[in-house]
Amino acid sequence: MRLNYPTSLRIIRVPCSGKVDIIHILRAFEKGADGVCVFSCMDGDCHFKTGNFRARKRVEQAQKLLDTIGTGGERLKMYSLGSGDGPPFAKYATEMHEKIKELGPNPIKKHKKNAA
Amino acid sequence: MSDTARSRLHRMLLEGHLAVTSECGPPRGSDAESIKKKAEMIKDYVDAVNITDNQTSVTRLCSMAACIHLKLMGVEPVLQMVTRDRNRIAIQSDILGAASFDIPNMLCLSGDHQSFGDCPQGQNVHDIDSMQLIQTVRLMRDEGKFLGGAEINRPPNMFVGAAANPFADPFEIRVPRLAKKVAAGAEFIQTQCIYNLDKFEEWMKGVCDRGLHEKVYILAGVTPFKSAGMAKFMKNRVPGMDVPDEVVKRMADTPKEKQPEEGINICIESIERLKTIKGVSGFHIMAIEWEQKVPEIVERAELYPRPKID
Amino acid sequence: MIIAEKKPIEEIIGYIDDCEKLLILGCNECVTVCEAGGKKEVGVLASALRMYFLNQGREVKIDEITLERQCDHEYLEEIRDVADQYDAIVSLACGVGVQFLAEKYHSQRVYPGVNTCFLGATEERGRWTERCQACGTCILAYTGGICPIARCAKRLLNGPCGGSSNGKCEINPELDCAWQLIIDRLKALGRLEDYEKLLEIKDWSTDRAGGPRKVVREDIQI
Repeated sequence: MRLNYPTSLRIIRVPCSGKVDIIHILRAFEKGADGVCVFSCMDGDCHFKTGNFRARKRVEQAQKLLDTIGTGGERLKMYSLGSGDGPPFAKYATEMHEKIKELGPNPIKKHKKNAA
Repeated sequence: MSDTARSRLHRMLLEGHLAVTSECGPPRGSDAESIKKKAEMIKDYVDAVNITDNQTSVTRLCSMAACIHLKLMGVEPVLQMVTRDRNRIAIQSDILGAASFDIPNMLCLSGDHQSFGDCPQGQNVHDIDSMQLIQTVRLMRDEGKFLGGAEINRPPNMFVGAAANPFADPFEIRVPRLAKKVAAGAEFIQTQCIYNLDKFEEWMKGVCDRGLHEKVYILAGVTPFKSAGMAKFMKNRVPGMDVPDEVVKRMADTPKEKQPEEGINICIESIERLKTIKGVSGFHIMAIEWEQKVPEIVERAELYPRPKID
Repeated sequence: MIIAEKKPIEEIIGYIDDCEKLLILGCNECVTVCEAGGKKEVGVLASALRMYFLNQGREVKIDEITLERQCDHEYLEEIRDVADQYDAIVSLACGVGVQFLAEKYHSQRVYPGVNTCFLGATEERGRWTERCQACGTCILAYTGGICPIARCAKRLLNGPCGGSSNGKCEINPELDCAWQLIIDRLKALGRLEDYEKLLEIKDWSTDRAGGPRKVVREDIQI
């Protein structure tokens, strides 16, 4: 499978989606990420039983927080797929890429420049 | 049990008659006419009328003022007092206030939680509990003393009652709980509405086995259903209420227009059976916003005319 | 321990919206355990606030420090040299820490970042429940080790009210009836007869009612 997916994505490996905390997501945005995608295993397929459920709750919390502070919760998305599921990964990555292109850059980047 | 009657209700019980009490809720406003009207309707059919104290924590005209209105029209009131809204200073002060009008009966309660009422964000006090309220009024009456130890000039002289719910949980302490109220000084008891007569009988057996019926007068509480809807509501929504399925079914199987009548029938049948249960000294008829039916219930239950005692 | 809950970020923004330099001060004790005001929560709040201000077009400097405790002089002294560099400090400690901080740094604006809720225990992860109201005169010896003051909605001292139903309290079907728990435990201890002892009218002067309280131990004072 030689699948293409957008080069705008930078992959950060974690042992389990349950490792992803709100602070990791926020830091990514603070450092200038335009969007964050959390890829997890399918429901019920977590090696640690509930890691992906935890991730989902944290993503939901972070989305609310991003809405409140004006960054926008739609810049954060979670997708579930199997560990060998190349095609859906490429599809979701493209989908996210398109979505972010539509939303434009992370608003803090503009203001950071202004402030400086 | 003391043999000097402190009230008409007390004398009725002392003389061995089946006592009958009822209750009225004060209005949500300052016009006392409605409560006077309710009292007028039932006054010849009952020995005393309870005035509720902000029941279900909904703010109303105060029990004491309503008691005074009744007293002035010649109806004997039972002052209900809850510990939810008053600390021990206010409680003792209100007892003296009631005593200054010679309100002769008092019922000691803890009160519904304020979350059910119109001020769910308010504080509750519960400085003392209902048992300690019984102890407080008995101390004031019998020893002529305040909780602080000082002497009371003209102590109160009330007949002191408490409530009992034979149907609440845990059931195994329901008789011990009554024993505790008796030990605290309760002289009469008005029970929660009784629909599950078998369970009430079981409770009364426990009460009699411990000889509590000889230490306290127990007035069995009854409330007629106005409709099948009310029966279902009482069963499902009112905590600590035990309404057996067959009673709900009997109401539901009755055509709507006949339901009020059926509710009264059930109430009268209950009274008839309660009369046969050892230890029952009378009845407390709580016809909620249906006071006009009290005379009919009292008459049909053969509790009318009320004995002449003065 | 003391259980606290994070305040909504909107409320915190309301306090500090005019600031240019802020310190978010966490506490390593109770609020860390109940995940309301430890190092991690400090990080999340600081990051979110920084982005909030940037989105408003302002670059506000927000620093993060988490102290061992905020209810002891020695730990609060650790920020002595930096405290006055900030327009305001948001403390994520319990109400005790916030106040001690405010007392110590008298001319500094100090705001609470959590709502202090009660003295409780962790029943399970993410679920804390009240156990003690610190009334100052413990009655647990008489109530089977279960406190009706903290756990009965009417703090009844002599038994359950008429609203106890299937072991639950009338005000909330998820809430255990404290007196059901007491009775169950007395039964398990074979001491159900203890229930019939009347508990006397309580002396509330050691409670909040008696005014702000203090404990003085001359034997350990220096």
